[in-house]
Amino acid sequence: MPDLLIELFSEEIPARMQTRAAEDLKKLVTDGLVEAGLTYAGAAAFSTPRRLTLALEGLTAESPTLKEERRGPKVGAPDKAIEGFLRGAGVARADLVEREEKKGAFYFATVVTPGRKADAIVAEVLEKTIRTFPWPKSMRWGAGSLRWVRPLHSIICLLTDEGGAQVVDLDIDGIKAGRATRGHRFMAPAPFDVTSFADYEAKLKRAFVILNAGERADAIWHDATNAAFAQGLEVVEDQGLLREVAGLVEWPVVLMGSIDDQFLGLPPEVLQTSMKEHQKFFSVKNPRTGRIEKFVTVANRETADNGATILAGNQKVLAARLSDAKFFWENDLRVAQTGLEAWTDRLSNVTFHNKLGSQKDRIDRIAALAREIAPLVGADADLAEQAARVAKADLSSEMVYEFPELQGLMGRYYAEAAGLPTEVAAACQEHYSPLGPSDDVPTAPVPVAVALADKIDTLTGFWAIDEKPTGSKDPYALRRAALGVIRLVLVNGLRTELLSVFKFGIDAQPMKMALKGAWRNCEMEAKRIEEQLADPSFVGSLISGTREELEQLLPTIEQALEDSRREYDAHVEHLNEGPKDLLAFFHDRLKVYLRDQGIRHDVIDACLAMDGSDDLARLVKRAEALQGFMSSEDGPNLLQGFKRANNILAQAEAADGVEYSFGADPKFAETEEEKALFTALDAAEARIKPAMEAEDYDTAMAAMAQLRAPIDAFFEAVQVNSDNQVVRRNRLNLLSRIRQTCLQVADLTKVEG
Amino acid sequence: MAETLPKPRSFQEIILRLQGYWAAKGCAVLQPYDMEVGAGTFHPATTLRALGSKSWAAAYVQPSRRPTDGRYGENPNRLQHYYQYQVLIKPSPPDLQELYLGSLEAIGIDMALHDVRFVEDDWESPTLGAWGLGWEVWCDGMEVSQFTYFQQVGGHDCTPVSGELTYGLERLAMYVLGVDHVMDMPYNDPQAPIALKYGDVFRQTEQEYSRWNFDVADTEVLLRHFEEAEAECARILAEPHEDPKTGKRIVMAHPAYDQTIKASHIFNLLDARGVISVTERQAYIGRVRALAKMCADAFVQTDAGGYVA
Repeated sequence: MPDLLIELFSEEIPARMQTRAAEDLKKLVTDGLVEAGLTYAGAAAFSTPRRLTLALEGLTAESPTLKEERRGPKVGAPDKAIEGFLRGAGVARADLVEREEKKGAFYFATVVTPGRKADAIVAEVLEKTIRTFPWPKSMRWGAGSLRWVRPLHSIICLLTDEGGAQVVDLDIDGIKAGRATRGHRFMAPAPFDVTSFADYEAKLKRAFVILNAGERADAIWHDATNAAFAQGLEVVEDQGLLREVAGLVEWPVVLMGSIDDQFLGLPPEVLQTSMKEHQKFFSVKNPRTGRIEKFVTVANRETADNGATILAGNQKVLAARLSDAKFFWENDLRVAQTGLEAWTDRLSNVTFHNKLGSQKDRIDRIAALAREIAPLVGADADLAEQAARVAKADLSSEMVYEFPELQGLMGRYYAEAAGLPTEVAAACQEHYSPLGPSDDVPTAPVPVAVALADKIDTLTGFWAIDEKPTGSKDPYALRRAALGVIRLVLVNGLRTELLSVFKFGIDAQPMKMALKGAWRNCEMEAKRIEEQLADPSFVGSLISGTREELEQLLPTIEQALEDSRREYDAHVEHLNEGPKDLLAFFHDRLKVYLRDQGIRHDVIDACLAMDGSDDLARLVKRAEALQGFMSSEDGPNLLQGFKRANNILAQAEAADGVEYSFGADPKFAETEEEKALFTALDAAEARIKPAMEAEDYDTAMAAMAQLRAPIDAFFEAVQVNSDNQVVRRNRLNLLSRIRQTCLQVADLTKVEG
Repeated sequence: MAETLPKPRSFQEIILRLQGYWAAKGCAVLQPYDMEVGAGTFHPATTLRALGSKSWAAAYVQPSRRPTDGRYGENPNRLQHYYQYQVLIKPSPPDLQELYLGSLEAIGIDMALHDVRFVEDDWESPTLGAWGLGWEVWCDGMEVSQFTYFQQVGGHDCTPVSGELTYGLERLAMYVLGVDHVMDMPYNDPQAPIALKYGDVFRQTEQEYSRWNFDVADTEVLLRHFEEAEAECARILAEPHEDPKTGKRIVMAHPAYDQTIKASHIFNLLDARGVISVTERQAYIGRVRALAKMCADAFVQTDAGGYVA
């Protein structure tokens, strides 16, 4: 069984695309081979800046011969039909056999597809793979029309078995597959031949290329941490950067350099971001002071001076970059010390969304919303508003312009420089949080108020203009915003009725005002024309045109007025539905969130069905209590009893056309079990009522669980449908009490089991 | 690869070496375009010649102006007027990377001691309606050139594809010469009887233009010039292809393109004067792009653009 080696050697492939490309190569080639009838034992794909490589082990030498019987036309069918069938099946008339079937006699042909040699299949599959490769961006070069991520220079396509290595015959736009590759661009540029994957990998290593990206990353990390450790320092971990750097080099050489003292006063995040984004440097921290004092750069080669020239060059570039950062930082601080309002005001020139106004408009809304939310989260309303007004000021700073990822964090530094209260500075940094499902959730009241206001403004804004997420499309990250609100509410145990907050947010959105403005304009215009026409002496004016023109214009204006009014009304109607619709979206997100926490979907549904489901903290309390109850022994049993009672009751109500909802009287109780149930219900309710008031759902459900035995005993001994109508009605009303009692925490009819 | 040459000693020596190198590699060494442009790409030898089917190989220095980058000559490496070295070869030869690396050796960068890397950087010029894929080339962590395979210019697919190399001359020279502040860089040979530094040549002009660009340029006049250039470009291209006087087919792609260059530079000046808002900015860029597209459409109707009657 042969092994297959493929290498696609090109000019430098962008680091971010390499891993995915290696996976795509593996998938496309193996899928293609399998589809063509070959099998293989193992496959591995690799990437370096200049090559994608695929190694397959144990490929079958040829695809199997396939025999297939095809049914043709009926015996006696016209010659034309038979000839067509012969052509399609590729057989002669003499090869046909006749066979009797249910519907009559038919011709049958046996079509034999002979197996094909692996090399022919490989050539076909690889050519198709190269021509249809899913690069995120691809290009043409020279005078050719082939597309690849960067110019493709050579192809190895080699089948190796005991007999030796055979180059697969393949020519793609003049690039002929062969057995040669090249080593490191500078350290071993000469081409060399390979005979197998093992030979290829070993020769590459001798030619200063580590084929495996994971191995390169490990080497980088190992050498970097060692170099840092030797000086009592530690490398700041950054997996993303490590992967990227491993994709920029074939022969990693770690070099550690220092940061000039004059830059050590910069915030550490600025140092780290500047070094990472511009230079792909790792930061090296002094664990005692927490300060970043050095950097690690990864060169792509060894040199006679052990990297001294390379390191000196890198250090110089870093100094120039950090001079810029220092310049921004010092300029920004100067502005910040005079207050952040100037920066916020500048945001009136920055559009947030053309239907939702500028960033400044948005800040005004967030400030109002933060004020509204403040008392609900125990924050001082003035502070919350103040924080909201400056929270996005840093978007105007030079540093954030240069490093957008530092937004928020720089806001905190600048708010501190402006002498603003600590809570306000904290809100600047934290109001974007939580971003991801595992991101930290703010807990201090002022940041919580601004974080909620920020997200709820975004959500209500896009709800107001009807740009909700659909399917996989969520360009404004609204699902993330909703999950952020959910986590802020739950982690902080906030008690809020979200519907009223949503309404406040939606009412503040500008679309309604814009539509109203358009309508008002039409109205004024129509009125003006009507007034002019009402004056019999009016013949026209320079601005308005002649009387005839106005007479013709009036119906158009009136139509526009009608249209804009209708549009306004439709929008208002849409807005009225907004809070409820948004809450439903929240419930969907909450379901996903709670399911991840292990809460059953039917339990969630049962709690969502209760009134006040916009109070998420209470909702979750109910769900947790119900989940706990359902996993206890009493839970499923009580559920059975409840459902039995509910079913009998529901049937009777449907048959009688009435609702049995009150008036069960113990004096009509005939049996001991019936009387006992009355007593048990009284006792349970006496416990449930205060528990419900205290939102102690565990106690309430425990009290309900006490009903299990009396309910079971009741059904054991008592026939509800008594001939005596008074007794029957009384018993149905008794069942109704069970229903009423049991439905207080959650809608048990929705619980399974 | 070529032997590494001794280190150059001045800014002009680096330019001369690049000129010599690319001339030896077969490029036509052109002279700078005689208009104010933001980058070497704007030279018609790049923008227009990247279009059409005819082969092309040119190298040239292009003085470039970016009014917003003016720092009154004080910033160590930011200038409102600087030089780019530009190479354009169509179709891009298969060994363009090696040719490029040879040019670094020609200016004294010893490949055995330095770490040269091709780092992804896709190029796009919204004003020219152009884009390409390539890299920024790093030497010891410093960007020394831009390397691009043009895919589209003026909205036209480039077939064949041109390979474009752009060197930021001051930055590259500072690196090679080991100078920290651009104004301290030797312009001619430091041993020359009258040795001049970059600052001796350009410090004063940087100050003068910084002041004019930021505070003095008459924005109303500029706005008017912008509109006039825009109108003139369209008017030129609206003329019939056949010249009534000579009876020859003369499509005036270049005169029209001059107006595009003019509009683009005026836009940059207006931007530096801070009179263009964020939303207007996009609109202005779109207007220049529309002109560039019209010129590209016209150029492919000319001989040089591969037009065959």
